[in-house]
Amino acid sequence: MSSVAVTPSPTPFIPAATRRRFLRRNVWGASIYGVLVLLLIVEKIVHPGLEAFDFQTLVIETMPLAFAAMAQASVVLVGGIDLSIGQMMALVNVVGATYLVNADLKQAILASLAIIAGTAVLGALTGLVITVSRVPDIIVTLATSFIWYGLALHVMSTPGGGVGSTEFSDLVNGEIGTWLPEGVVVVAAVLLVVWLPWYRSKLGLSVYALGSDRTAAFLSGVRVARTRIAAYALGGVFAALAGLALLCETLQGDPNSASNFTLNSVAAVVLGGVSLAGGRGGMLGPVAAAFVLNIIGAIMGFLKVNPNYAVVIQGAIVVLVVLLAATLTLRRRT
Amino acid sequence: MSASPSVSAPVSDTRRNLLQEGRRRLADQPNYALVSILVILFLVLAIISPGYRSLHSVSSTVQVAAILGVMAGGQTLVLLTAGVDLSVASVATAAAYVMAQNDIHGVLIAVLIGLGVGLAAGLVNGIGVGVFGVQPLIMTLGVGGIASGMLLVYSSIEKSGAPIVPGPVYQLGTGTVLQYFPLDVLLVWLPLSLILVLGLRYTGLGRAIIAVGDNPIACRLSGVRTWQVLLATYLISGLLSATGGMILAGYENAVDLQLASSYLLLTVAAAVIGGTSVFGGSGGYAGTIFGALILTVLDALLTVVNASEEYRQMLYGALILLLAWAYARLAGST
Repeated sequence: MSSVAVTPSPTPFIPAATRRRFLRRNVWGASIYGVLVLLLIVEKIVHPGLEAFDFQTLVIETMPLAFAAMAQASVVLVGGIDLSIGQMMALVNVVGATYLVNADLKQAILASLAIIAGTAVLGALTGLVITVSRVPDIIVTLATSFIWYGLALHVMSTPGGGVGSTEFSDLVNGEIGTWLPEGVVVVAAVLLVVWLPWYRSKLGLSVYALGSDRTAAFLSGVRVARTRIAAYALGGVFAALAGLALLCETLQGDPNSASNFTLNSVAAVVLGGVSLAGGRGGMLGPVAAAFVLNIIGAIMGFLKVNPNYAVVIQGAIVVLVVLLAATLTLRRRT
Repeated sequence: MSASPSVSAPVSDTRRNLLQEGRRRLADQPNYALVSILVILFLVLAIISPGYRSLHSVSSTVQVAAILGVMAGGQTLVLLTAGVDLSVASVATAAAYVMAQNDIHGVLIAVLIGLGVGLAAGLVNGIGVGVFGVQPLIMTLGVGGIASGMLLVYSSIEKSGAPIVPGPVYQLGTGTVLQYFPLDVLLVWLPLSLILVLGLRYTGLGRAIIAVGDNPIACRLSGVRTWQVLLATYLISGLLSATGGMILAGYENAVDLQLASSYLLLTVAAAVIGGTSVFGGSGGYAGTIFGALILTVLDALLTVVNASEEYRQMLYGALILLLAWAYARLAGST
C-alpha cells in the first residue's frame, strides 16, 4: 500500500490556484506599470536634466486622458463602448469654464459636483437609450457625440471662460511639497473613493458578470438593464472629471478641445489590459496606459523628433501592442 | 354542402392584424421604408427651399451622395463581417492628399498612388484582423491614427510644389453628362453599386463575407478560409475609402488635412440606416445607397434651414439615432 506524499505549499494560506489566477488576471496590468517605469528611466537617460518639474508636467498633461480612460473602461467592462466621451468632456469643459470663471474654491467645488451629477445623468440616459432601443452602442454613442458637441457649441462657440479659483485648478496643476503633484493625489483619491467601493459592490460585480457573459449573468439574476445604465452613468462621472481636469489644465473652455480624447481613451483602455469584449480588466491598467502614451510623446520631444512622428509612433505602438496581445491569446487558444 | 365558417372578427382585431402585416412586410423589404423616407425628406427640402425644386438639384444631391456612398461601401462590407472600419476617414484624406501631391507625375500615377495608400491601409487592417485576430475596432483605430500621423509627416516635408487636384479628378468630382448625370455616379458609384449588390449575393466571396459575420465558427468548421475573406474585405474597404477621398478632393478641388474627417461616422450611419447590422451577418449595399442619399439630403436640409453649426450637430445626432431606432424597431418586430 503506497502512501501519498503531500508536498506542503510554501504559502499555506493562499492556495496555488488562487495565486495562479491572481497572476493571470493582473499580469497585463502589472506589465504596464513595468513599461511605465521603464519609460521613465528611458526619459531620464534621454534627458538627464529630468526633474520633478517634468514629472509634474507629465501628470498635468495626462490627467484628462487618465480620467477619460477610466470613463471608457467603466463602459467597456460591461461589454459596451462609448464613442461620445470626448464630446462629453468638451461639454463639461465649456460648462465648467462658464461657471467657474468667477467662482471661489467652495463655489467651484459645488459647481463641479453639480456638473458631475449632470454628466452622470447624461451617461445614464445614454445607457437607457442603448438598452431600450436595442440599437448597438456604437451607433447610439456616435449619435450622442454629435448632440453633446452641438450643446457644447451652444454654450460656448469660441474659446473663453476660465477658472477663477487657483486653488481649484491647482488640484490638477499644483504640487504638495516639492515633488508630489496634486494630480497624482487626486487620481488616487478618485480611485479609492469612487472606483474601489464600486468594484467591491454588488453593482460592480454585476458589471463584470454582464461584460463577461451576458446570458450567464442574466440567468444568474443580474439585472441587465440596471447594471448597464449604471455602468454608463459611472462613465459619465469619470468623463466629467476628465472634462474638469482638461479645464484646469488649459484654464479655459474650448468646445473643440476634446476631439482626440475618444480614440485615445479606447487606446489607453486596450493598452491597459481591459478586454474590449468586456468582463476583464481594472482601472489601474488604463490609468498607467494613459501615462505611457503621454510619456512617449515627451520622450519624442526630448529627442527633438518631429512632433508629427509622435502621432505615428503612438498609433504604431497601439497596433503593435494589440498584435502582441492577440498573438499571445492565439497561442493559448491553439 | 359545406358551411363556410363564420369569421366575425371585431374591428380592432382587423386593424391590429393589418398593422402587424404591414410591419412584417416592411421588415422584409426595408428598402421600401427607406425610399419613402428619402422621398419625404426631399419633398420637405423642395418645399422649404425654392433652389431645390429642379431636376438639377436632384442631380447634384446624388453627385455629393456618391462620395459618401463609395466610402460607405467598404464600411458596409466590413460591418457585414461583424467588424467596423474606423480608418475610413484618415485613409480617404491621406489618399487624396498623396494623390494631389503627386499630380506632377501625371494623373494616372497620382491616382494609382492614392489607391495604393488605400490598399496599404487595407492590407495592414486585414492582416491584423484576419491573421492575428485583433478586434477590428482597435485595429482600424490604430491604423487610422498611423495614417493620420504619416500624412502629417508627409505634408510637413519640403516638396517641390503644393498639392493640386489633377484635372481629370476634378472633372470626375464635379462634371456631368448631358447636364443631369453626374460623372462620379456614372463612372464610379453606379458600377460599384452593381458590383457590390450583385457580388454580395452571387459570388463566393460575397456569400463568405456575410457568412463570416453571421457565424465565424461555422465558417471555420466548413472550411472557409476566414482570414482570406477578412483580408479581402479590409482591402476592398481601404480601396473604396481611397476612391471616395479622391472623388471628394475632385469635388472640392482642394485637399487639406481634415478633408474627410467628418465622413467616418457618416459611413457607419449610412450603412446602419440602410439596414446592415453592426453585429454582422445581415444587410447589404442596396440599403446603404439609400442611407447615403438620406444623409446627404438631411445635410442639405440642415444647411437650407440655415441652422447654426450647433443645431446642425445636435439635429444630425438626434436624427441618426431616430432612424437607427426606427430601423431596430422595424427589424426587431419579426
